[in-house]
Amino acid sequence: MVDQKHIRNFCIIAHIDHGKSTLADRLIEFTGVLSTREMQDQVLDSMDLERERGITIKAQSVRMDYQAEDGEHYVLNLIDTPGHVDFTYEVSRALAGCEGALLVVDATQGIEAQTLANVYMALEHNLEIIPVINKIDLPSADPEKVKKEIEEVIGLDTTFATMASAKAGVGMKEILESVVALVPPPAGDARAPLKALIYDSYYDSYKGVVTYFRIFEGALKKGDKIRFMAPGKDFVVDDLYVFRPGLTPVDELRAGEVGALAAAIREVKYVHVGDTITTAENPAHESLPGYRKSTPMVFTGLYPVETNDYPKLRDALEKLQLNDASIHFEPETSEALAFGFRCGFLGLLHMDVIQERLEREFDLDLITTAPNVIYHINLTNGNEIIIENPAAWPDPTLIDTVEEPLVKASIITPAEYVGPLMELCQDRRGAFINMDYLTSSRVNLHYKLPLAEIMFDFFDQLKTRTRGYASFDYELIGYEASDMVKMDVLLNGEPVDALSIIAHRDKAEKIGRSLVKKLRKLIPRQQFEVPIQAAIGNKVIARENIAALRKDVLAKCYGGDITRKRKLLEKQKAGKKRMKAVGSVEIPQEAFMAVLSTDDDDD
Amino acid sequence: MPISLYVHIPYCAQKCGYCDFNSYAGSGPADHSGYVAALLAETAFWARRPELAGETMPTVFIGGGTPTLLDGDLLAALIVALRQTLPVAPDAEITLEANPGTLDVAGEKLRLARLAGANRISFGVQAFQPHLLERLGRIHSPEQAEAAVAAARAAGFTNINLDLMYGLPGQTPADFRETLARALALKPTHISAYSLIVEEGTPFFADHAAGRLALPPEEAEEEMFREGQAALVAAGFAQYEVANFARPGYRCRHNQVYWRNEPYLGLGCGAHSFLDLKAPLAGAGAPRPRLSASRVQGGAAVATAPGEPGRRYRFWNLKTPAAYREALGRGEPAVEAGEIIDTAGEMAETMMMGLRLLDGVSGERFARRFGRTLDAVYGPVLGRLEGLGLLEQRDGHVRLTDRGLRLGNQVWQEFLP
Repeated sequence: MVDQKHIRNFCIIAHIDHGKSTLADRLIEFTGVLSTREMQDQVLDSMDLERERGITIKAQSVRMDYQAEDGEHYVLNLIDTPGHVDFTYEVSRALAGCEGALLVVDATQGIEAQTLANVYMALEHNLEIIPVINKIDLPSADPEKVKKEIEEVIGLDTTFATMASAKAGVGMKEILESVVALVPPPAGDARAPLKALIYDSYYDSYKGVVTYFRIFEGALKKGDKIRFMAPGKDFVVDDLYVFRPGLTPVDELRAGEVGALAAAIREVKYVHVGDTITTAENPAHESLPGYRKSTPMVFTGLYPVETNDYPKLRDALEKLQLNDASIHFEPETSEALAFGFRCGFLGLLHMDVIQERLEREFDLDLITTAPNVIYHINLTNGNEIIIENPAAWPDPTLIDTVEEPLVKASIITPAEYVGPLMELCQDRRGAFINMDYLTSSRVNLHYKLPLAEIMFDFFDQLKTRTRGYASFDYELIGYEASDMVKMDVLLNGEPVDALSIIAHRDKAEKIGRSLVKKLRKLIPRQQFEVPIQAAIGNKVIARENIAALRKDVLAKCYGGDITRKRKLLEKQKAGKKRMKAVGSVEIPQEAFMAVLSTDDDDD
Repeated sequence: MPISLYVHIPYCAQKCGYCDFNSYAGSGPADHSGYVAALLAETAFWARRPELAGETMPTVFIGGGTPTLLDGDLLAALIVALRQTLPVAPDAEITLEANPGTLDVAGEKLRLARLAGANRISFGVQAFQPHLLERLGRIHSPEQAEAAVAAARAAGFTNINLDLMYGLPGQTPADFRETLARALALKPTHISAYSLIVEEGTPFFADHAAGRLALPPEEAEEEMFREGQAALVAAGFAQYEVANFARPGYRCRHNQVYWRNEPYLGLGCGAHSFLDLKAPLAGAGAPRPRLSASRVQGGAAVATAPGEPGRRYRFWNLKTPAAYREALGRGEPAVEAGEIIDTAGEMAETMMMGLRLLDGVSGERFARRFGRTLDAVYGPVLGRLEGLGLLEQRDGHVRLTDRGLRLGNQVWQEFLP
């Protein structure tokens, strides 16, 4: 049994690429949870996708045992958090389970936009923040300058900042000693009725729903009858676990501890992230505050390539939602793509990640339509409607005003790139707010931008124009009136609903021209000529033609190599199968996303 | 069922810019005789096996590469040995592929080949314009092509094919009209007219990617095809396959074996075979770590497996002359890999190949071969393709329409899984 005062719950926060996951790995190695032989790079980034892309998507926890200099034995629960702006929500959940945070700053980069965002969030949660200056072994490291930045920009005392190189394993002991000394032990009465906050869950086909929680009050034993307070549903705990970093069974967990439970829960719907677990025998009167609900910012249609896969897609989305409460989805029908779902995501990376997980983990072939934001439309009859899908856009004569979501963007950049960045923001319909000097050579540029304008390759442009030196973060600040119109795309004279997009009137024509050009390149020639048109209402603003396929025949003999001939045809056929037949036109999947890359591409 | 024979000679004087066949430039007489020795060893290997027992071989095709790059004596010795060792039918069609640029002035090489038993000759003529021949990387002039045909007649060949190409870089419809006229003036019995395919991995492919291949516009290519068709029909030829035209009675029997999806044995490096195995192939055909690239191109790798007695087996030999000779030198079969063809696969391939023929696929023959009617197996597909105007059904045959002839891939792929 661990004494509560020997428990430390802490997380690591940082800008993407500043070395969070490597640091987590070294701490795990240092405390001997895993032998060096068992270590693989980025232990906590367990999804293939996370390892391949080198990013953290899911917050992950691990329990470490540590014998401190004071001779006492400590249990350290570490939560590794994502660094990308899309996953801010994930970070906020992780923070709620901690009393302290390691703020990792790259000694060669200094403070970045996401560093600031995460620090402010940690401060909101009253966490003890311990600065860690990482990558001090790199030649371009300037730890003193970074320390100064932390003091001046964030206002944190850096007396106890640790100099570290996670890669070289330097500073691990110092970091753990700071955690023990500075992070307060968890409060909470172990004899009070149970109150445990659910912060994550996933579905295991043997165990059922595995629920991750942090106990704030009370204790939980194997065999206890628990109650999920929101649905009021009871289950008997089959197994209790801690993370090492895999699930390791324990008999009891008490206030201040972090763990997981399995209770033969076959139905996903009873387990909500943010809900409180109590016991059926001695229930708590009130549930814990839970989390701020995540708000999806970006919506897209997800459709199975094979119409028969619709139930499989629904099932997959339900299972993913269990693991990622920020996914929203509801059924949607498209004339072109049949049955699918309108899905809401936290951002484009989130959307990309979910789409890839659906394809990989559930073996689905998907078509994604161009993403859009939510619009508020004030109708001439005085009603207000909310539009998540261009297909639902009302007739223009019924529209009084349209409001679109705006964000306040914070761009931290070397001062020399301010010019190109202002041009970029201007081009994206941005309004300048202000600019602060962080140091004599780095500035924090604030712009008000339409969310829709930062969805399409804004981040790539930002990186290109600053040779990768700028960082970017944003927060939603509300809705404002804007002259938005719906643009339809017609193939063979027929509008294809899944290709409709919402655009600002001033930019619609340019986008339309570029889009039809792109489609002409993406849609293969068919057995007949296919005109492609972009139109606003009845007015055609751009047109291209796909010439008819005149010849498609393998004339050669290839000797008796019939295998090769067959393979060539099979390949061609496989390409066709991945296309969607809309009317009589076969459209490749990429065409539905073509609008994403329409900028300045006129070749 | 009779089994046809293909023999591959992988050497060329020079590799053409468009060619992606299994052929190699820069060989000498020692390579040639060493290779023929390996061929004879492989011939002996198959002669002892049960597959050929009691069978006759109705056609032989010696292709390449450039078989006529070999010395006349060596070539003749090979043809004689094939006829002596294998059950080649007395009336077999024996075709020799020939490059007009590899013949001697006296016509000795062709005379020896004819004496050894070759009775059909196929010349790679391609075009009659020096600038086009040069662009293709051919080693002969238009005049050499004409002289070669005369030499073949002098040597006793009466069944003569000319290979022609259209859609070539720099070629105009007028060029192709001239090519056809000069070809027809030579009174061949058979003409193959191939539209250029720019194949991956060839110099033409690189040129094309770099914008240095001045292909004629599609309209011009189509004009060449239509005009060619008309000119050949007017001269008494009938089109019987996507790219092949013959005078009555002179269709290429060997190639029809492929198109009807009937069995054949391939000898030589990279040669393909399609047989009912009657005995194990000493484990040959199992997946190997380094399958030669040409065997797996065009999509996912072929699921290779060792052949099993009693199963239809498509298999192929080691690709390079060196690997092929080495295997036979060790006394092993030269088979690199193969795939077992089940009934569904065989039906699909029968359609894919059979619909290249203008006679199409005979419903009766299909039913006899597979015990199921065309309609039972492919009814919906056939209906759809007919609806698109690509296929037609007449006199118990399914065949490509005129439109389908230009869009064959769109038809053939529909029969594949």
